[in-house]
Amino acid sequence: MKVVVALKRVIDYNVKIRVKTDGTGVETANVKMSMNPFDEIALEEAVRLKEAGIVSEVIAVTLGTQACQDVLRTALAVGADRVVLIETDVELQPLAVATCLKAFVQKEQPRLVLLGKQAIDDDANQTGQMLAALLGWAQATNAFKLEIAGDHATVTREIDGGLETLEASLPVIVTADLRLNTPRYATLPNIMKAKKKTIESLLPADLGVDPSPRLKTLLVSDPPVRKPGIVVNSVTELVEKLRNEARVI
Amino acid sequence: MTTLVIAEHSNLTLRASTLNTIAAALQLGEPVSVLVAGYGADMAAQEASLVVGVHQVLHADAPHYAEQLAEEMAVLIQKLATDFTTLIAPATVFGRNLLPRVAALLDIAPITDILAIESNDTFVRPIYAGNALAKVQTLETKKVLSVRPTSFEATAAQGGNASVVKIEACAAVRLSQFKSRDLASSDRPELAGARVVISGGRGLQSGENFQMLEALADKLGAAIGASRAAVDAGYVPNDYQVGQTGKIVAPELYIAVGISGAVQHLAGMKDSKVIVAINKDPDAPIFQVADYGLVADLFQAIPELTAAL
Ligand SMILES: Cc1cc2nc3c(=O)[nH]c(=O)nc-3n(C[C@H](O)[C@H](O)[C@H](O)COP(=O)(O)OP(=O)(O)OC[C@H]3O[C@@H](n4cnc5c(N)ncnc54)[C@H](O)[C@@H]3O)c2cc1C
Ligand SMILES: Nc1ncnc2c1ncn2[C@@H]1O[C@H](COP(=O)(O)O)[C@@H](O)[C@H]1O
Repeated sequence: MKVVVALKRVIDYNVKIRVKTDGTGVETANVKMSMNPFDEIALEEAVRLKEAGIVSEVIAVTLGTQACQDVLRTALAVGADRVVLIETDVELQPLAVATCLKAFVQKEQPRLVLLGKQAIDDDANQTGQMLAALLGWAQATNAFKLEIAGDHATVTREIDGGLETLEASLPVIVTADLRLNTPRYATLPNIMKAKKKTIESLLPADLGVDPSPRLKTLLVSDPPVRKPGIVVNSVTELVEKLRNEARVI
Repeated sequence: MTTLVIAEHSNLTLRASTLNTIAAALQLGEPVSVLVAGYGADMAAQEASLVVGVHQVLHADAPHYAEQLAEEMAVLIQKLATDFTTLIAPATVFGRNLLPRVAALLDIAPITDILAIESNDTFVRPIYAGNALAKVQTLETKKVLSVRPTSFEATAAQGGNASVVKIEACAAVRLSQFKSRDLASSDRPELAGARVVISGGRGLQSGENFQMLEALADKLGAAIGASRAAVDAGYVPNDYQVGQTGKIVAPELYIAVGISGAVQHLAGMKDSKVIVAINKDPDAPIFQVADYGLVADLFQAIPELTAAL
């Protein structure tokens, strides 16, 4: 069976982001970009399923500008068989991404789609659930463990207060949480090989989708800063401050 | 113009997040109905009817709502949506799982994890792990929203007198089946709602050493949390994680012990009223958000602090 993995290119999680002074967004010029960390985990899971002989083909897809080719090259180096760029330079919101992915999935007919649980730029945590709704498939978000046996997926999810296990017959949408696996690094020889492989390319229009944003971002601003605190010199001073100044104990 | 709050509950009781969500719904200024979909959930529905500000409770009861699976719930809410202009749920794991599914069925772009309501159609939400705030406007025909519970003070649980209306369940879709749930049981307050939270990081070095934090937590009636590093190292269970991808907490007092203060951790706790950091590295970024910083070896400071209380 085929699996599709959706990868988003985002500002690297180590970068301290800067809000643009005109309030239109976050500075991305000359900023290090990477694959969304949760998507690395989703991709790793797909590659492991292939190595286990459960999956025959891993197709990685990303939506965005030409610049997103770099994450697709990384995906090839890590073990994706085919990679596809759905190219657009409009501001992508989760519903548009899910709508494009739906059309892509209908074209490719995978039995499993893996996504990250959230993109660390918009922190939306929406796309996988929306894709599941649009396709009328089962969904298992925040996956901690995934097992596929025959026509069934058993997914353990991270929930508030513990873990929950669901079972669904395929096809299913799974979104990866942090502890599903530890992604491998691409090796240098594989990175070199990946450079020679082709990146397929589509336009949203080829899929019959208009990806225009539906929500309007009016302003992006810095969060309020906390007033500076103090350094106390001893546990005794800490207790005194918490009792008499902050009055929280 | 009416608002439907999707209640998070355990069939027996409402989860605290439901009260925060009702508070946010009331800010929109329209009559608020609450949906309690469950199985044998009369108690939860009854409880919802007493919440101040609630106009009516819609109660759907069927075996396939027992675990509130997103696939089952979404179909029901899609059907009910014709009668409401706004659908609103808590941005907890429950709401995050369900709400986007509902939104997509309705072909509406949702706004999730709202921190503040600016007007009827404009909302503030965090992006980049809370390192920026986005003010977002929706022009959709309906609003599908989720709110961060810690940003809305809970409405009073008692004093209301809403009617409970039984509504019909939709046919089961049975796309996925619930197998089991493994919930950590603890005598401590729930992390998300605790007045005091003490979190430990990699600096604790082992799961056993978390007992030091337990002793301190006993004194303060605190919940215990952790950084991702402490969870990944197996010191404590997953659901202790505070941060961008863990729990969001905003207690009166947050004590970070042996935690460096990565942005992903700060995202989950920096709205706490008072933050204390105990770390042996004076340059640890956690000190930048701490109201009271103590540069010390935690293995000395924690027993000393526990003894002093
Ligand atoms: C996509 C993504 C999501 C993430 N989500 C989260 C999240 O939700 N929550 C989260 O916490 N992290 C998250 N992280 C991880 C985050 O980036 C950090 O790696 C993590 O928070 C570090 O945990 P820590 O502070 O315990 O460990 P470290 O950074 O290793 O810090 C340990 C600290 O302990 C101090 N220390 C050591 N020994 C002592 C001692 N004896 N006495 C006093 N102090 C001592 C050290 O000085 C140091 O500052 C995420 C990362 C990614 C990529
Ligand atoms: N532009 C995109 N291209 C490919 N996948 C995406 C894109 N945006 C979101 N996704 C996928 O959807 C997941 C959740 O994103 P979000 O709903 O934006 O938090 C991500 O982890 C990706 O797997």
